[in-house]
Amino acid sequence: MVKDYVKKPKVMAKDVNLYYGDFHALKGITLSMEENTVVALIGPSGCGKSTFLRCFNRMNDLIPSTRITGYVMVDGKDINDRSMNVDELRKNIGMVFQKPNPFPKSIFENVAYGLRVNGVKEAKFIEERVERSLKQSALWEEVKDKLKKSAFELSGGQQQRLCIARALAIEPSVLLMDEPASALDPISTAKIEELIYELKNQYTIIIVTHNMQQAGRVSDKTAFFYMGELIECDDTKTMFTNPKHTRTQNYITGRFG
Amino acid sequence: MMDSGKIHRRKQASQNFVFTLFTLMSASIVLVLFVILGFIVIRGLPAISWDFLTKMPEDGMTKGGIYPAIIGTFCLMLGSMIFAFPIGIMSGIYVHEYTKDGILKRFMKAMTNNLAGIPSIVFGLFGMSLFVNDLHFGDSILAGSLTLGLLVLPVVIRTTEESLKAIDNSFRVGSYALGATKLQTIRKVVLPMSLPNIITGLILSIGRISGETAPILFTVAAYFLPKLPHSIFDQVMALPYHLYVISTSGTNIVESRKMAYGTALVLVLIVLILNLLANVLRRYFGKKVKMN
Amino acid sequence: MKTSFQRFIEKFVEGLLFLSGTITSFAVILIVLFLFKEGWGLFNETPVEKGSVIALNKSNPVQELTAQQIKNIFDRKITNWKEVGGNKDSIIVFSVNDISNYYSDAELGDSLQFVPQRISELMGKKTGIIAFFPTEYISKNFQGRILAMKKVTLTGFIKDKEWFPTAQPAAQLGILPLILGTLWVSLVAILIALPFGLATAVYIAEIADARVGKILKPVIELLAGIPSVVYGFFGLIVIVPLVQKTFNLPVGETGLSGSLVLAIMALPTIITISEDAIRNTPRAMKEASLALGATHWQTIYKVIVPYSISGISAATILGIGRAMGETMAVLMVTGNAAIIPHSILVPMRTIPATIAAELGESAHGGLHYKALFALGCVLFVMTLVINLTVDLISARRKYSK
Ligand SMILES: Nc1ncnc2c1ncn2[C@@H]1O[C@H](COP(=O)(O)OP(=O)(O)OP(=O)(O)O)[C@@H](O)[C@H]1O
Ligand SMILES: [Mg+2]
Repeated sequence: MVKDYVKKPKVMAKDVNLYYGDFHALKGITLSMEENTVVALIGPSGCGKSTFLRCFNRMNDLIPSTRITGYVMVDGKDINDRSMNVDELRKNIGMVFQKPNPFPKSIFENVAYGLRVNGVKEAKFIEERVERSLKQSALWEEVKDKLKKSAFELSGGQQQRLCIARALAIEPSVLLMDEPASALDPISTAKIEELIYELKNQYTIIIVTHNMQQAGRVSDKTAFFYMGELIECDDTKTMFTNPKHTRTQNYITGRFG
Repeated sequence: MMDSGKIHRRKQASQNFVFTLFTLMSASIVLVLFVILGFIVIRGLPAISWDFLTKMPEDGMTKGGIYPAIIGTFCLMLGSMIFAFPIGIMSGIYVHEYTKDGILKRFMKAMTNNLAGIPSIVFGLFGMSLFVNDLHFGDSILAGSLTLGLLVLPVVIRTTEESLKAIDNSFRVGSYALGATKLQTIRKVVLPMSLPNIITGLILSIGRISGETAPILFTVAAYFLPKLPHSIFDQVMALPYHLYVISTSGTNIVESRKMAYGTALVLVLIVLILNLLANVLRRYFGKKVKMN
Repeated sequence: MKTSFQRFIEKFVEGLLFLSGTITSFAVILIVLFLFKEGWGLFNETPVEKGSVIALNKSNPVQELTAQQIKNIFDRKITNWKEVGGNKDSIIVFSVNDISNYYSDAELGDSLQFVPQRISELMGKKTGIIAFFPTEYISKNFQGRILAMKKVTLTGFIKDKEWFPTAQPAAQLGILPLILGTLWVSLVAILIALPFGLATAVYIAEIADARVGKILKPVIELLAGIPSVVYGFFGLIVIVPLVQKTFNLPVGETGLSGSLVLAIMALPTIITISEDAIRNTPRAMKEASLALGATHWQTIYKVIVPYSISGISAATILGIGRAMGETMAVLMVTGNAAIIPHSILVPMRTIPATIAAELGESAHGGLHYKALFALGCVLFVMTLVINLTVDLISARRKYSK
């Protein structure tokens, strides 16, 4: 209890504003989350969930003419600070995208990619890590005999789990997931959800989802976005049973959005 | 896991090195262009005068002007445009608007690609065999224009296709929804919208026609002919062939060097002006489209 | 609302458009037809020009001579019949002009009316003779034996090492040096152009900001627009002396000069097509790599380049095709020696340059003329193979996506 009290937030956004050119996409977002928790970001399409998610590994840098103010902190460090190494930050923050996007390489090389680009050379180490990551993402049994095959030969659900394994291989401490199951069938979705539940023990996870049941099943906390604003953020249970704002309630109960 | 600071620095250093290298290599290409252009402009400018542009060549092409070659080249440009532009645009329209994705479209596209890949000298051989010999046009503007026209045909077709592709399908659907027929839609909606792009592409292709030598070598170009053509069955001098002749096999190569620089500059100027025009048009139309 | 007249117009225009649509297919077919019509005739010809014959003494057992052997005999490089499979007998070379060495003016007649008869006599007398003279000098009961000439063969055409299409008495029609010259010059050109082209494509598509890219685009367009004679002229005056000085050569007109000029000319093709391919890499793929902590450069060479490799190879192959077909620039700077090249620093001659340089001098329908058209066929086939390869690569690319 005392321990909980002093626990520092793992990631934190403070008064974050983001502009795409003239368009004000995020409006003063403040949100923090502790280690080994899952936060779900929900809200109607275009409200800025992905944009917010991409603030944590500075993916928005890739889009010209974006501007960001406020602080985004990971492990107490301002990641937009000049002294921050972007690629080192990204190594520490894994990301899984909406659509599976494996590289045009073999299954093995897909998972090994993150290690190789970060300077790991020992073949044995890489092999072990690849196997462990594939086991973690519950894909090992299905692919262990065809690691040399192209990743494109896998099914959509398998590809997405491969992308998760790829992210896990470099042992990030935070995992960002942007609608990781939206392109998948129900069975694959269930597998991914199960996976998230297990990964929670080791990772801090932020997940964007359009699926209320999914948010309810996997997350500890839920944050509701609307038109670039964070309307409210609370324990998932509270949010779903007793939201403070009518907007949130309307959205959750499916009355709009 | 690893000494991440050191690895990071190494990664960053190699990126900096490669990006600097690539920047320099790209810059070197610009440099090459400027060296070529600068060389020709600086050496060519003193040769250019009103007389140079409007006089017949004299003294075994070491003095005088290049008037007949300029006129000849313009005749050839005009001739091949008359032949290639209408057919090429119509062909592009057919391939893009009328054929469905399938064997016919693939075949037509492959043939256009193949035609585009045929070396220009082969066009010269073909033009000589068909137009000059078999159809008895002789060495003439007609034979040369047809040969050159055939050469730019694929360029015209592709330009048209690309421009049509850029028009969003919703415009066509919208027009059909108002009860317009396919032809009306193409004429009233699709073509006007794609015309700026088509025109830009065509202007660039005219530049190509003006500079081609191999196809006119055996179909029209005269070595020395100090008079103007009277009909499309006449032979003419042409700028690129003239440059070739006076720089490699003229009666007096050293004496005609100045003429060669001047001719090269005129050729480059034609291309330069056409490219400039295309870019200005592109920008102008680009703005106009945005404003709407 | 639609009248039948309107419908007729619609159909009519569609028909017209269809006809225009077939024009390229039609053109390709015509080109093939005419090229091969003229070129194929070569293989019905003998290397001795029509109107002339080669004759031997009747007792000479030699039945056939190749064009190469005939040339060596008349060049006095072969001096004994033994060397070409005949009896041990030294060869006496005879052509019409030599007749006065054997007969006085009186014996030949005032208006040379006895020449055929004298030639016939000579043919009968000298066992080692080989004679080359116009057909009109064959007398009635000719005492020599007219040598049957083998027709030019396709394999000989492609494999023979000498190109002297106007050589007398027998034309040497071996295009191997021309094929090798073409390949050398264009492959070296691409080797030079590829690093620069790829670097620039990557630079424009990935590194440079949009403004710099907007400046580079017209530069490349202009580079593509400059006529090839102007490149040739520039090469002749700047690159040729430069190559000569740098490598301390007797002449600067070498394969390397051609390759350098061609490299500049091939750049636009390589750059635009590779840039296109690079830009087509899905953003998701790029983001995935960056999100794993890869630097931009690592992302480029580990993900973007492998992903766009088929486009890049298409660009390279097309560049080679362009270079192989380029005529004027090469003609002006490579020195045009039809010898089998052993280094890039010697004069070379390519197929298109040969056609451009010689067609004007060849007699319409003659042996040389047909040989040049056959050469055109070879060039056409070479570029066709290249185009088909590119088609195949891009079809594969579409399929795999
Ligand atoms: N690259 C961009 N340039 C300009 N505007 C953008 C860009 N990306 C997103 N936007 C805008 O920012 C807003 C937020 O976009 P974002 O992708 O974050 O929404 P989202 O909540 O993830 O929606 P969805 O649920 O559909 O994925 C949208 O209005 C969008 O139009
Ligand atoms: Mg989103």
